[in-house]
Amino acid sequence: MVKEEQESANRPDNTAFTQQRLPAWQPILSAGIIIPGFVIIGLTFIGIGVALFVTSKSIQDMEIDYTGVETDSDCYKCTNTDEKNCVCRLDFNIPTLIEGPVFFYYGLSNYFQNYRRYGVSKDDTQLSGDLDNFKTPSDDCSPYETDDTFVLYQNLNGSNQEVPFDGKGIAWWTDYNVKYRNPDVTPLKDAFEGTVKPPFWSKPAYELDPTDPNNNGFINQDFLVWMRRAALPDFRKLYRRISQDDYARGLPAGNYTLQIGYNYPVMSFKGKKKVVFSNVSWMGGRNEFLGIAYLVIGSWCIVMSIVMLIVYAKFKFPEED
Amino acid sequence: MQAVLSSDYSFAQFRFLQRLLLVHGRWSYLRMCKFLRYFFYKNFTFTFVHFWFAFFCGFSAQTVYDEWFITLYNLVYTALPVLGMSLFDQDVNDAWSFQHPQLYVPGQLNLYFSKKAFFKCALHSGYCSLVLFFIPYAAVHDTVRGDGKDVADYQSFALLTQTCLLFAVTIQLGLEMSYWTAVNTFFVLGSLAMYFAVTFTMYSDGMFLTLPSAFPFIGTGRNSLNQPNIWLTILLTSILCVLPVVTYRFLFIQLCPTINDKVMFKVRQAKATLPPPPRRPRIRRTSSRRSGYAFSHAQGYGDLVTSGRFLRRPALPRSSGFAHAGRTTTSFSPMGRSAGYSPTGRPQNAKVADVEVTSLQMYRTIQDAAL
Repeated sequence: MVKEEQESANRPDNTAFTQQRLPAWQPILSAGIIIPGFVIIGLTFIGIGVALFVTSKSIQDMEIDYTGVETDSDCYKCTNTDEKNCVCRLDFNIPTLIEGPVFFYYGLSNYFQNYRRYGVSKDDTQLSGDLDNFKTPSDDCSPYETDDTFVLYQNLNGSNQEVPFDGKGIAWWTDYNVKYRNPDVTPLKDAFEGTVKPPFWSKPAYELDPTDPNNNGFINQDFLVWMRRAALPDFRKLYRRISQDDYARGLPAGNYTLQIGYNYPVMSFKGKKKVVFSNVSWMGGRNEFLGIAYLVIGSWCIVMSIVMLIVYAKFKFPEED
Repeated sequence: MQAVLSSDYSFAQFRFLQRLLLVHGRWSYLRMCKFLRYFFYKNFTFTFVHFWFAFFCGFSAQTVYDEWFITLYNLVYTALPVLGMSLFDQDVNDAWSFQHPQLYVPGQLNLYFSKKAFFKCALHSGYCSLVLFFIPYAAVHDTVRGDGKDVADYQSFALLTQTCLLFAVTIQLGLEMSYWTAVNTFFVLGSLAMYFAVTFTMYSDGMFLTLPSAFPFIGTGRNSLNQPNIWLTILLTSILCVLPVVTYRFLFIQLCPTINDKVMFKVRQAKATLPPPPRRPRIRRTSSRRSGYAFSHAQGYGDLVTSGRFLRRPALPRSSGFAHAGRTTTSFSPMGRSAGYSPTGRPQNAKVADVEVTSLQMYRTIQDAAL
């Protein structure tokens, strides 16, 4: 009797968990799942790819480089860094109506906003309007900004009609309402008492838009758009929207003149500047890569499923093991 | 007693050795190797992406991912699924392991983790990292949200790349696991859910307002993950990382199946045709049985040993490395071809069902063309 009790005390648990007999799903790569799976994935991807490609093709997008590298461009005179407040004009033609709302972007190339030291050179606490940290930002802080300005004119019957730009709501809602806040001092200028404007800026923060207090200081929309660091060295940033008055349905075909206040020099680092007119769709801006990639992968899946079917039919090892 | 106290493993009877080796040892080897391969894969993939990004960020050591993601990747998002796999994974269950001791051979030949396997794992990681960086790069280059606003910014790109990475490594883990218990499933799906929960919490207004400099990614989740092109990129990247692996494995199984593949297919067939064999109750020790070694009072196996029968190789060629069906099996079966020997006089040609193999072990001829 005693011996039996001792035996059962030492015997390990015989549950499913301790004896590793838990009920489980044991999938294996069988032909019945893989080959139809590949076919389904292939067909789905081809479908998605077609939708993306067609949508992307329907987006109209027009880029104009205005760096001024070529000597016959009007902006060449502005590449001389001694010229301050240089203004240059570019004439261009839009062949067909660009349907609205049209978005106007400025783009930079070879500009590394994703450089690590650039990224850490800001103090989020200061930018969120925290008065305590306002005058003593973190040591890494050394901001940069671009400040080209643009005005667009349409040439109608010999005279230039300005195309109205809408600069409201071009930055993310969360940036505007949560992340960046002005210090709670009116007038804003007083909050900056005792601070100095960053050396590379042409205007101090409290003068970014003196006409509109909701667009001044740290919550200036252009400032917010700029502060959203780009991931890659070639990027474009939203400047304005064209969606008002006569241009609500888009930019009609015709001749246009773009007047550029060229302030930001990029030649020193072989950068390029451009403006882009574009409309958007559910998939965002024009990007043919995704459509083509889906089509390619979808076709590859179909091809591989055929190959696997052939291999399976010919070489499957006898299952009557 | 002293021997027991000073040993790593100790057990009381020699017959326990069979279970220790063929079941637990084998599973342990399998789990360790899968764990190692997967762990190297997920960390190499994670790291190589930074290498490719370096070309596009001026070699400034800018991280592709959010710093919180880097901290929590190995700690929270991929820790439990791997742990679950290392604890519970099995390729075949214990009864089948006893039936097919050839399954132990890959362990002896060091097949699952060697320099070659490591190199293949590194190559796989390299490929995945290329996909995980360049597909988001191309998808996001010069593109914008559906309302014209920015989506090609650094924070959205970081979120996109890290989500793609997590989906890809989780699906890869799903491919590695061959035994999905409820616990494993919970770990895998729970970790993914945890990723989204933690990410959205950290990118929320509340956290930012508490500590602005610690949570700079505020709003990124809300502004980029509601864009269809972001999700389509994630789908494309994950599938593209995983499909070549599936193809490669499937073709390998068809063209050069390993012993594990064969046994697993057999198991599947057996499950499909027969109900699982009932577990026989443990055969009680009767007084005519001894512990089998030192106290045998029966005739013993001397004649069998000297006849050399167990050294004989089969004359018939095999079709695929396995011969047989049923009775003429030469695989490891307890009541198999032992030439009718039995020290206790029990009949040897009982039906070869999955008998509880802790019965007194008879001679069996282990023959396999693979050896």
